Amino acid sequence: MAQMPIVIGALNSGFLQTLRLFFITLIGAVPLGLLIAFGSMSKFRPLSMLSKFIVWIIRGTPLMIQLLIIFYFPGLVLHKQIWGGGETGRFLAASISFIINYACYFSEIYRGGIQSVPVGQEEAGLVLGMTKTQIFFKVKLMQMIKRIVPPMSNEIITLVKDTSLARIIALQEIIWAGQAFMKGSQGIAGEIWPLFFTAVYYLIFNGVLTVLLERLERKLDYFR
Amino acid sequence: MAILEVEHVSKTFDKTEVLKDISFSLEKGDVVSIIGSSGSGKTTFLRCLNFLEHPDTGVIRVNGETLFDAADPQTRQESEIRKKRLHFGLVFQSFNLFPQYTALGNVMLAKELLAKEQPDYKARKKEIHAEIEEEAKGLLTQMGLADRMNNYPHQLSGGQCQRVAIARALALKPDILCFDEPTSALDPELTGEVLKVIKELADQKTTMIIVTHEMAFARDVASQVIFMDDGRILEKGTPAEVFEHTKEERTRQFLSRFTQG
Repeated sequence: MAQMPIVIGALNSGFLQTLRLFFITLIGAVPLGLLIAFGSMSKFRPLSMLSKFIVWIIRGTPLMIQLLIIFYFPGLVLHKQIWGGGETGRFLAASISFIINYACYFSEIYRGGIQSVPVGQEEAGLVLGMTKTQIFFKVKLMQMIKRIVPPMSNEIITLVKDTSLARIIALQEIIWAGQAFMKGSQGIAGEIWPLFFTAVYYLIFNGVLTVLLERLERKLDYFR
Repeated sequence: MAILEVEHVSKTFDKTEVLKDISFSLEKGDVVSIIGSSGSGKTTFLRCLNFLEHPDTGVIRVNGETLFDAADPQTRQESEIRKKRLHFGLVFQSFNLFPQYTALGNVMLAKELLAKEQPDYKARKKEIHAEIEEEAKGLLTQMGLADRMNNYPHQLSGGQCQRVAIARALALKPDILCFDEPTSALDPELTGEVLKVIKELADQKTTMIIVTHEMAFARDVASQVIFMDDGRILEKGTPAEVFEHTKEERTRQFLSRFTQG
């Protein structure tokens, strides 16, 4: 039991890195996804083709492989260390990978949300003399948000757990921190329970997120 | 002078000619009912007037001003068209209220967005807002919805929704108010309350074009009746002329189905 404070301390700082990756991915992917969604709905064919191609590549390959390629490709193949060294470099590469990956998933959810708003809403706005921009922000956006909250909640909860994939490029997130006690760290070696114990962190954080997202869903219940 | 002149308007969707050389004019205060079977082009015609569709040929003039001329590409630009739409109001069959706004919010929204374009908006913000709210409340009261202003669309019946939609269209003070089968989505009981407010608007000399399947109403409210068939105006005249002294065999055939039913 003397191990406990040491392990918890290490797991806490690992989880902090997990949280950083989680939030930076959300902050980056939520708006980038909207851009990609507009891209794939564009009437300008080359743009919509390009957006759909990117989404196909990203959704069609494992995030783990994307992480490896984004992190190692520049250094090993191009002989250019664009990420810089150490944990900062790994975090930067992981953030970019996660943002691109999740933006593609989000873009498909957004596209579904935008397209599910009835055409009549746009037409009603047009005959009332609104511009397309006003119609998007004042009429369609709220209806779209209401429709995408449940599928977005799902993706967000998946994202919490997916951050553990960054372990593959040795990002010092919570799984990495837990595993360290198997090989030996801070005088503790051969222990597997810290790795198992990381699950509790995910579970509690996802519990909190679930409550918050459900609250948001209820808040949007004032209209149908 | 005619408030609305439509000349030689035609429209084709993928080789199907939906409107064929439509011409007619309207005086201020006129109420025109357009009747005809489904697919005869009535709705497309209203959508052309509101620039939701662009006619392939023809001219649309309001108060002598050419709003649309198929031969003049400048009148077809989206930026030009937006303001021109304001000459017309359109009430949809399926209401198309904005679900996230209250009845009052629905009526106020477009007006408030337009007010932001006024040069003195920043200085008189509060005043303008109060004016718009006052007007919107007045319109909803006129529609018999004084106690429903703060309800959201899903809390209202179909008839109430349609009356909010009428108030929303009136808020922008259109020269011509168009109705696209305003009661087709309503049960007979609710139909009556909507027709009643349209009748009141007619009594106040609101210029209106009403596409409807309610024959008794079309006859009662209209100063002119147009029978459309296969994309053409087949017959046009006062209600008495069209309903009692029908000239065309096709019109008679159409009307008989309603009188029998």
